[in-house]
Amino acid sequence: MKISLFIPCFIDQLFPSVGISVVRIFEKLGHKIEFDESIVCCGQPAFNTGCWNEARSIATRVLERLQNAEVIVIPSGSCGAMIRVFYPEIFKDHPELAAAQSLARKTYELSEFLVDRLGVTDLGSQFPAKVTFHDGCHGLRELHLKHQARQLLKHVKGLSLVEMKDQTSCCGFGGTFAVKFPMISTAMGEVRCASALETDADFLVSNDSSCLMHLQGLLSRKKERLKTIHLAEILASF
Amino acid sequence: MPSIFEDQFRSSASKLTGDLRHRSLIQKSLKGYEKSRDEKQARFQDWEAARLAAAETKWEAINHLDKYLSEFADNLTARGTKVFWASTAEDARNYMLNLALEKRARTIIKSKTMTSEEIHLNEALAKAGYDVVESDLGEFIVQLRGEVPYHLVFPAMHLTRDEISHLFHEKLGSPETDNPEELTMTARREMRIKYCKADIGISGANFAVAETGMISITENEGNARLTTSLPKIHVALLGIEKVLPKLGDLALFLPMLATAGTGQQLTCYNSMIGGPRQADELDGPEEFHVILLDNRRTQLLADAEQRDALHCIRCGACLNVCPIFRNVGGQSYGTTYQGPIGSVITPHLRGLPDWKHLSFASSLCGACTETCPVKIDLHHHLLQNRRNATALESSQLDRNSFRAFAFLVNHPGVFEVVAKVSRLLQPLHRLVAGSKIDPLLAWTATREAPIIAKESFRQYWKSQHK
Amino acid sequence: MSQRNEILGRIREALRLEAHGPKHAGATGDGARTGATPREWLPVAPNDQEGMAEAFARNCVELRTQYSHVASPAELIRKLLELKNAEGWKLIASHRAPILSSILPSVGLPILLMENGPAIADIERADVGITVCDALIAQTGSILLTSRSAGGRALSVLPPHHVVVARESQLLPDLTAAFELLKKTYSDNYPSFITLITGPSRTGDIERILVLGAHGPRILTVVLLPDEKGGSTL
Repeated sequence: MKISLFIPCFIDQLFPSVGISVVRIFEKLGHKIEFDESIVCCGQPAFNTGCWNEARSIATRVLERLQNAEVIVIPSGSCGAMIRVFYPEIFKDHPELAAAQSLARKTYELSEFLVDRLGVTDLGSQFPAKVTFHDGCHGLRELHLKHQARQLLKHVKGLSLVEMKDQTSCCGFGGTFAVKFPMISTAMGEVRCASALETDADFLVSNDSSCLMHLQGLLSRKKERLKTIHLAEILASF
Repeated sequence: MPSIFEDQFRSSASKLTGDLRHRSLIQKSLKGYEKSRDEKQARFQDWEAARLAAAETKWEAINHLDKYLSEFADNLTARGTKVFWASTAEDARNYMLNLALEKRARTIIKSKTMTSEEIHLNEALAKAGYDVVESDLGEFIVQLRGEVPYHLVFPAMHLTRDEISHLFHEKLGSPETDNPEELTMTARREMRIKYCKADIGISGANFAVAETGMISITENEGNARLTTSLPKIHVALLGIEKVLPKLGDLALFLPMLATAGTGQQLTCYNSMIGGPRQADELDGPEEFHVILLDNRRTQLLADAEQRDALHCIRCGACLNVCPIFRNVGGQSYGTTYQGPIGSVITPHLRGLPDWKHLSFASSLCGACTETCPVKIDLHHHLLQNRRNATALESSQLDRNSFRAFAFLVNHPGVFEVVAKVSRLLQPLHRLVAGSKIDPLLAWTATREAPIIAKESFRQYWKSQHK
Repeated sequence: MSQRNEILGRIREALRLEAHGPKHAGATGDGARTGATPREWLPVAPNDQEGMAEAFARNCVELRTQYSHVASPAELIRKLLELKNAEGWKLIASHRAPILSSILPSVGLPILLMENGPAIADIERADVGITVCDALIAQTGSILLTSRSAGGRALSVLPPHHVVVARESQLLPDLTAAFELLKKTYSDNYPSFITLITGPSRTGDIERILVLGAHGPRILTVVLLPDEKGGSTL
């Protein structure tokens, strides 16, 4: 099986180690991976802001570039949701609908691909630390991800997972919301950081770098020692 | 150009999001609600199936609204109820004003009805010289303070007992106390006098049962029962979407409303009223009027995408789970209906240009959709509102920004150049980060900016896979 | 054109546009309900006599409803005398019902009968309102009563203490059964007012702290009696 990697724009530019970790994971598992450098973005920022025409123009290109892909893996719940749930939505009543549905069917977020599709939960990773997990809302509520990450973390040697008291609260990033309504975004992030800090974990993990970017921004400003890290980076620690 | 309502929202939100005392009070209050709600939900054999059944029942009702509304109205009329169909808020207000005039009313007592807030009934009645008293404790409190309700189910959620004590002391002359029971008794005593004197009692309705021609009112205090029993005239005001097909449907909706709304199995009183006092009855109002309000609900009905917003049973659950609501507080919205449902329907009720900002003031976490007992697709409706908003003239800037964005990402060569330039400029940005001239101030005011990596993923890939 | 026709016209116009219904597997095109009753999803309700009485009693504890299961009308009288002394009752408000007419005189207090049309101010002076009911709902700990069966609308909500006298055969498992009973009993001619009472009046409007007796009765007492040998219930 050939795996096509979809690396979202912000991971590409801001958190390349996440992408590199994904590559290492699949290399360890012995899978052939492909990456189309001409794909930059899934179009979610445009979609979220209501600019569906522009989102469609971006998505159309993605559809073209990935039409022959066997299976697509994205290390991001929010981009995964964009393709799986919202591409069919924006192409409703459009000729590209069938292509969008076909792409949606073969697109997976990283943790669900490993656990649900490949049946892999133990990668032989080691990461001796106390961590707590933040479920990105898109992954949680659009893709129904929850148990996959936890199953993967369970098999990481030396790692202990402690859940936050308020398990499923939004971090406050929300895409352009973070800069359109920064005071609300910040308040929500502060509440989330407080929950994370209460666990006394060394690391705050998530399957969404956008959430982590926002939370890390707040933690760093407050000079907290809690560090954020993507699930892929932990899994790739062999 | 933001509307004046957006400015007001932002101003209020800015104040409240930084108010840590408010944040902690609301979190504590809602944590209590969550615990009770989870416990009651767990008692259901299948909560998710119940949600689906409720959604299907409402779907049936809304998609045959003409049939069920007619049935409801005819059944009411058959037993002596006067039914008035109000196309607009003004029609409803005028009916009420004319009735009060005709009956030479002086005192009017009300039980909780958000629909009356929607049509600004209290102001109209007060202006016409009537003494209007809110009997629900929470509404009574905010009425005394001259405020709008904070939450559609818990109007005074944002106040401490000390604030309420001080309010009662100031406005009612009662002694200061930090005992909630004493405060409640003060309100009870005040109300008693009003109930016995009131000429007209105005209530809302949680449901309108078509099959038997009854309104159903859900409450805990008993003030709605008194409002609808003691005065000679009872007027019930309700939106046309409140309809349920059958009496037996209440067996599902009453527990779901209680569980989702207040974390109770059932509220204290669930009353069904189908007419004025009948010939063989010992007491009750001589007249019963029902005002069926449209006020743009038919417009929402005509929106095929968002029709399910009319399922709403006004339980307030979506407010309770909304992280935006918890941080900006109910009064920031400036609308009758707050929280996610308010953000979805207010553009339909009051116009998109003025109220689109509420649909953007959301991280789209989806907690609202997940919790809604009648499965309204709330957060997706916010996305649809955003789409409809960007088609407006006022959204030129957004459209242009994203046209540029689309161009950028559709031309990876250009994207890489822009990315490279940004990385080179980043050290310069650090010099102005957080200051007034920082173009990214919306981010950096409270957060450290992420760092553009020296080697992007695509550069790494290129170098590894020549 | 009347407002009714205007509004109905707008509704019909709006409904010409077909919309998609709640998302679920096996949805029928027209959104028709599956025919199941809420019993399938609501909490389990016992339907044997002992189970119902037990469930009702348990709910009363949680709701702070005072509950007594007595063996005879004589015991009921004893119970009422107990309450009269403990609370200092001076005046009872009530209505005509066979069981009440037979036992209330033994309580030894003046009785305000709703059938005599007392003024609200008089009912306000009563220390307790005593009524019968249509049914007791085991699953929720609720009392079902109507303006026809329980002395009107005000009697069960104005006085600060509401006592309900019920018969064992009035226990029903759940709300579905309650609404079925209403239909069976009244479908030709419903009372104008029907209510489900679930605990004493309460509010959480002040800092979510539970306070009883917000506007309705602060104390709710349910006394359960066995059925009469002859079979009449009330």
